[in-house]
Amino acid sequence: MISGPVKLSLPTDTYHIKDLLPGAMVLLDGVIYTARDQAHKRIAAAIASDENLPFDLNNAAIYYCGPTPATQGRIIGSCGPTTSSRMDAYTPLLIEHGLKVMIGKGVRSDKVVQAIKKHGAVYLTAIGGAAALYQSKVTSCELVAYPDLGCEAVYKLTVKDFPVFVSTV
Amino acid sequence: MKTIPPSEIRSKLTELINDCLIVPDRSVTAALDNISASGEPERTAAELIVANNRTAEAQRLYCCQDTGQALFFVKLGDEVYCPDLIGTINAAVRDAYKTARKSVADPLTRINTGDNSPAIIETEPTRGDTLEITFLAKGAGSENMSRLYMLTPADGETGIINSVIDAVERGGRNACPPLVIGVGIGGVTETACSLSKRALLRPVGQNNARADVAALEKTLLEKINGLGIGVAALGGELTALAVNIETAPTHIGMLPVAVNLQCHSLRHGTVKF
Repeated sequence: MISGPVKLSLPTDTYHIKDLLPGAMVLLDGVIYTARDQAHKRIAAAIASDENLPFDLNNAAIYYCGPTPATQGRIIGSCGPTTSSRMDAYTPLLIEHGLKVMIGKGVRSDKVVQAIKKHGAVYLTAIGGAAALYQSKVTSCELVAYPDLGCEAVYKLTVKDFPVFVSTV
Repeated sequence: MKTIPPSEIRSKLTELINDCLIVPDRSVTAALDNISASGEPERTAAELIVANNRTAEAQRLYCCQDTGQALFFVKLGDEVYCPDLIGTINAAVRDAYKTARKSVADPLTRINTGDNSPAIIETEPTRGDTLEITFLAKGAGSENMSRLYMLTPADGETGIINSVIDAVERGGRNACPPLVIGVGIGGVTETACSLSKRALLRPVGQNNARADVAALEKTLLEKINGLGIGVAALGGELTALAVNIETAPTHIGMLPVAVNLQCHSLRHGTVKF
């Protein structure tokens, strides 16, 4: 049985994460950071060379997303999830350095699944293609790092009632 | 010889691209709105996609943040003159994508071209005095999960079925289901790939005119919806909305099968001059 939507405030602690059931709907409140292919490459390189990271990874939530530009008067453009598996090569390293919540779509590699279990992290599935809906759940958006990457830059988002599901894949 | 001015093509194409990127194929939204037998969380996922598509249309927002690489299928009549048609199409892409996401980069340096050009354009010479341009936005999530299988004649229909199922089992969860699945069978490598892409343009629910091909489409759709992937890959009964197959004669020693997975954000449209 799937229980009704549960609320999860971010950044959260592992206590709440371990209670999440696969398939359960979760409404996210709080701070998530966007990062996709090129941002992951740079974050992994920064960890490897002990350089400063664009944000504190400890207990952080990363949203695999590259939004469209914000049009006039809006906080952010359309912002649905991208395919998580393209980040798999970098993800175990990020989890070892404190990453707790990943939001994306699709399957993960065995190595990522093992790292999630070992470190008490969680992978949440957002609805691919629901980008206009997710746009309406973002209450603030701030450019944090890598502006040269355009839509692949890292943004700090604050979200309210952002609907996702605990991954079943 | 009829001349179509570049300015006219550019403005109409820009408008077409904008509309397509906001409102996906209405048959997809209708199918998700009428989803019947689904349990949870598939039903909720379908409701969220329907709400998304309605929000996008009402507020003129892009339905998906991956506004894609711009593909065009051009039918150019032999009694039509369109000066600098390729340049004009690319100008329309640059105009339309000013507010959309720039998703095109050099394959090696990954440096973004900055304006979503160049477009990918297939041109087919036709008879007559009309120009027809079809736009298809293709995002990475579903295109990345597409595959080409070079089968042998001995593999036959069983080989075709196994290939399509293999592509969906391996990539379907990443490709934003419910999917429209284009299958191109025959020709050489690029023929099969092109046919699989063109198959996506056929209206959802319309089978191939050839009875044997239509039967294969129905068989595949039933098998794919039995895989249990479901809406948003959360598990369920609606993995695909349609399997569209297009065929072309091939070599006696070959059986190319291309499988193109298309996400539910099926964004396409046609303009005629």
